[in-house]
Amino acid sequence: MERVNPISYPDHSKRRILKEKIFLGLVIALSAITVSPIILIISKLVIKGVKQFSFDFIFKTTPNTYEAMTAVASGENIPGGVLNGISGTLLMVAAAALIAIPLGITSGVFLYENQGKRLANLVRNVSDILQGVPSIVLGLISYMWIVKHITHGFSALAGSVSLSIMMVPMIVRSTEETLKMIPNSIKEAALALGVPYYKVIIKVLIPTGFSGMLTGILLAISRVIGETAPLMLTALGSTMVNWDITQPTSALPLLVWEFYNDPNMVDLIWSTSLLLMVIVLIFNLVSKKIAKSRQ
Amino acid sequence: MNKNIAKIEDPILSVRDLTVAYDKNEAVKQVSVDFKKNSVTAIMGPSGCGKSTLLRAFNRMHELYENIHITGQIILNEEDIMKMPPIKVRRNLGMVFQRPNPFPTMSIYDNVIAGYKLNGIRLKKSEKDEIVERSLKDVALWDEVKDTLFKKGTFLSGGQQQRLCIARALAFSPEVILLDEPTSALDPIATSKIEEMLINLKKNYTIIMVTHNMSQAARISDYSLFMYLGELVEYDKTKTMFTNPKEKRTEEYLTGKFS
Amino acid sequence: MNSDKITKIVLVSVSFLILLIAGGMVFSLVSGAIPSFKEFGFSFITSKEWNPTEGRENYSALPFIAGTLMTSVTALLIALPLSFATSLFLGEYYRNTKIATILGTMVDLLAGIPSIVYGLWGFYVLRPIMVDLGLGNQGFGVFTAGLILSIMIIPYATSLSNEIIAMVPNDLKEAAYSLGATRLEVTLSVTVPAARSGIFAGYILAFGRALGETMAVTMLIGNSNLIPDNLFSSGNTMASVIANQFGEADGLKLSSLIAIALLLFVITGIINGVGKYIIKKFD
Ligand SMILES: Nc1ncnc2c1ncn2[C@@H]1O[C@H](COP(=O)(O)OP(=O)(O)OP(=O)(O)O)[C@@H](O)[C@H]1O
Ligand SMILES: [Mg+2]
Repeated sequence: MERVNPISYPDHSKRRILKEKIFLGLVIALSAITVSPIILIISKLVIKGVKQFSFDFIFKTTPNTYEAMTAVASGENIPGGVLNGISGTLLMVAAAALIAIPLGITSGVFLYENQGKRLANLVRNVSDILQGVPSIVLGLISYMWIVKHITHGFSALAGSVSLSIMMVPMIVRSTEETLKMIPNSIKEAALALGVPYYKVIIKVLIPTGFSGMLTGILLAISRVIGETAPLMLTALGSTMVNWDITQPTSALPLLVWEFYNDPNMVDLIWSTSLLLMVIVLIFNLVSKKIAKSRQ
Repeated sequence: MNKNIAKIEDPILSVRDLTVAYDKNEAVKQVSVDFKKNSVTAIMGPSGCGKSTLLRAFNRMHELYENIHITGQIILNEEDIMKMPPIKVRRNLGMVFQRPNPFPTMSIYDNVIAGYKLNGIRLKKSEKDEIVERSLKDVALWDEVKDTLFKKGTFLSGGQQQRLCIARALAFSPEVILLDEPTSALDPIATSKIEEMLINLKKNYTIIMVTHNMSQAARISDYSLFMYLGELVEYDKTKTMFTNPKEKRTEEYLTGKFS
Repeated sequence: MNSDKITKIVLVSVSFLILLIAGGMVFSLVSGAIPSFKEFGFSFITSKEWNPTEGRENYSALPFIAGTLMTSVTALLIALPLSFATSLFLGEYYRNTKIATILGTMVDLLAGIPSIVYGLWGFYVLRPIMVDLGLGNQGFGVFTAGLILSIMIIPYATSLSNEIIAMVPNDLKEAAYSLGATRLEVTLSVTVPAARSGIFAGYILAFGRALGETMAVTMLIGNSNLIPDNLFSSGNTMASVIANQFGEADGLKLSSLIAIALLLFVITGIINGVGKYIIKKFD
C-alpha cells in the first residue's frame, strides 16, 4: 500500500483551464447562433410587415390579383385584407378544438385511470405515434375521408379534421400528465363520500387539473394555427368570408402560400405572416404563463 | 486556540479561522483545527451542525456553487490550499460521499482509474492494471470483483459500491481521504468491512471522516472533533473525549441527550 | 347498469376511437396505395423515374426517399453541434439562471414558428445568400432546405437533451470534481455519458420531425423529380412532392402519392417509436 505521490504526474492545469475556457466560449457562441434565427425572423416580419397593417387589412377580404396589380403599379398599398383568412382560421381551429378537446381529455382520463393496463398502454403508444405523423399525411387522410366521402368537395370540415388529429395526442398527453400530478387523496376523499365516478371526474379531477389541461390545449392550438400543408389538401382556400363548414375556406397560412405564389400580391406576405406569428406567439406565451403560475 | 482544542505536532492539514456561509447564513464559524498525519479523525455533531460543510471546504468543493462564501486558511503540508489550483487540491484530498456514486457508464475497472482518465493522464496498460489491483486490494474488494472487472460498477451491492468509490479515491494516492458518512447508507456487515479497511488504510493515508455513529467513531478514530451550530466545541484524542469530555454539550451529545 | 359502469364504458370507447383513427389511417393509406403498388411492384421504390407523361407513366418514390434522407441528414448534422451546445448552456453551464430562462424561451419559440414562415424567411433571406455564395440552383436545393430544416428541428433535440442533462445527479458530478477534473472534463466524461440515451433520443425525435416537414422544404428544395446528384442540386422530399403534385393528381398518380404518404407514415412511425422506446427505457 505504498503511496505514489500524485504530484509526480503532471497536472497540466494551465492547459486544461484554457481548454475549459475555449469550450465555454464555444458553447456560448453556438447557443447564440441557435437562437439568432428567432430574432432575425421576427424582426424581418416586423420591418417588412408592419407597413401593410391597417384597418382594412383586418376587416376586408383578399383583393383579386388585378386589383393588386394596379395598386402596385401606381405605387399604392395593396387594397383589401385578410379577413377571409382570419375567419377561416377561426372557424377551422375552433371546429378542430371542438373535436379534439373532448376526445383528448376523455382519453387522457382513461389513460390516467388505467395506469399500467395493456389497453391503456396501447392507446398511449398509438397516440404517441399519431403525434409524430407528418401533417401532410394527415391532410391526405382527411382528403380521403372527408373531402371524398362526406363533404364531396374541399371544405373547412376536412381542414378541421386534419388539424384535430394533430391536436388530440398533445391533449391526451397533457391531460394524463396533469392528472398524474394530482394527489390520490383528493380523488379518494371524494370516492369515499360515495360520489359517483363520473362526478368525481367532472367535479374533482378536471377542475383540479384544469390549468394544466388548458396549457396543453393552448399549446396544441398554437401548433396547428400555422399549419399550411394539410389545409392545402383539404380546405383549399376561398376569397370570401365563409362560415359554412362544408364549403372551401381560406386560412391565414393558406393566404401566405397564395400570396407567395402570386407576384402581384407579394407585398402582403409579410403582414399576413406577422399577423399569423403574433397569434401563434400569444397562444404560446399565454400557455407558458399559465403553466408557470401553476408551479 | 482555546483549551478544548488538542495540540497536534506537525499537522498534515491545518485550518485557521475557517468560515463558510451559504449566501449570508454561516454554517461553519471561525473553525481552527489541525489534523494529524496517518490517523483517523472523526467529525461528529448533531444534524445540520456543519460537518459536511467543513469537510467539503477542505477540497474546495464549495467553489462549484456560486452562493457559497469561504474565508480563512487551509494549509496542506505548509502550502495554502486556497492558493493552489483546485485541480491540484482535489487530487491531494480524495473524497468519498454519503451515498455510493460509482460512475454509471463506466466499468469497475474504469471507475477505479477514473481519476487518471478525467485528468487526462495516459497510462500504460500494465500501469493501469497495477493501480486497479492495488486500489481494489486496499479496499478488500479485489477478490470479490477480480473476475468481473469489466462489468458496470452499478451492478455491485451498496457496500461493494462504496468500497469501489473509496478505491477510486485511493487510486490517485491522495494524502488525505475525506469521507462524509460513508457507511450511513449501508448494512452492519458492509459497515464493519469498511471500518476494518479504514483502520488498515491509516498506515499510508490520513483519514478525516464525518460520522453520525458514535460507536463507529469510538471504534476507529484516533481523534474526535465535536461541532455544534457551526462551531467547533471540542477536539481531542477519541479516548479522552469519550471518557472525559470537557464541555457540557459534548457530554450531552455523547450520552444521547440530543442528536 | 350503474353510472360507474357507464362512465367506464364511455372512457374506453372514446379512447378506442384513437385506435380506430390510427387503424383507419393505415387502412386508407394501404388501400389507396394498392393500385400503384400493383402497377409498379417493387420498382416503386427502386426505379429512378417519376414520369407523369401520359402513355409512359412511371412513378417511383426513390427520388423522394433520397431527397428526404439527404435533407434530413443534412439538417441533423447541422443541428447536432448547435443543439448540443445549447443544451449544455441550458442544462449545465447556466442552469437555473435568468439568462438560461430567456434562452430556453427563445428556443421554445423557434418550435412555434409556422413552417411556412420559415419557408418565407429561407426564400427571401437564406436563398439570396446561397446565390451570392454561388451555391445551389439559384440558391434552391437540398442544402438550403436542410439548413432551414435544421433550425426547425433544433428545439426538439434541445429541449429533451437539456432536460436530461439537467437531471444528472449532482453527487455524480461532485465525485468527478473531487478527483480533480475540470468542468469540461466532468461534463464530457460524466454528465454527457450519463445523459446519453436522452440526448440520443432527442436527436432521433428531431430527425423524425425533419422527415415529415413540408412547407419550408417545398419552398426551398427546388422541386425537381430527380434523385439529387449532390447537396446543392434541387430535388423533392416525400412530403414536398405530395404538396407539389397533389393538386393535379388523380388515378395512378394520386395512388402513387398516397403510397409515398404510406411510406412516410411508416418511416416516421418507426423513427418515433425508436425514440420513444429509448426514452422509456431511460426513465
Ligand atoms: N446547499 C446549501 N444551501 C444552503 N444551506 C445549506 C446547504 N447545505 C447545507 N446548508 C445549511 O448549512 C448548515 C450545515 O449543513 P451541513 O450539511 O454541513 O450539516 P451536517 O452537519 O453535515 O448535517 P447532517 O448530519 O444532517 O449531514 C445547515 O443548517 C444546512 O441547512
Ligand atoms: Mg452532512
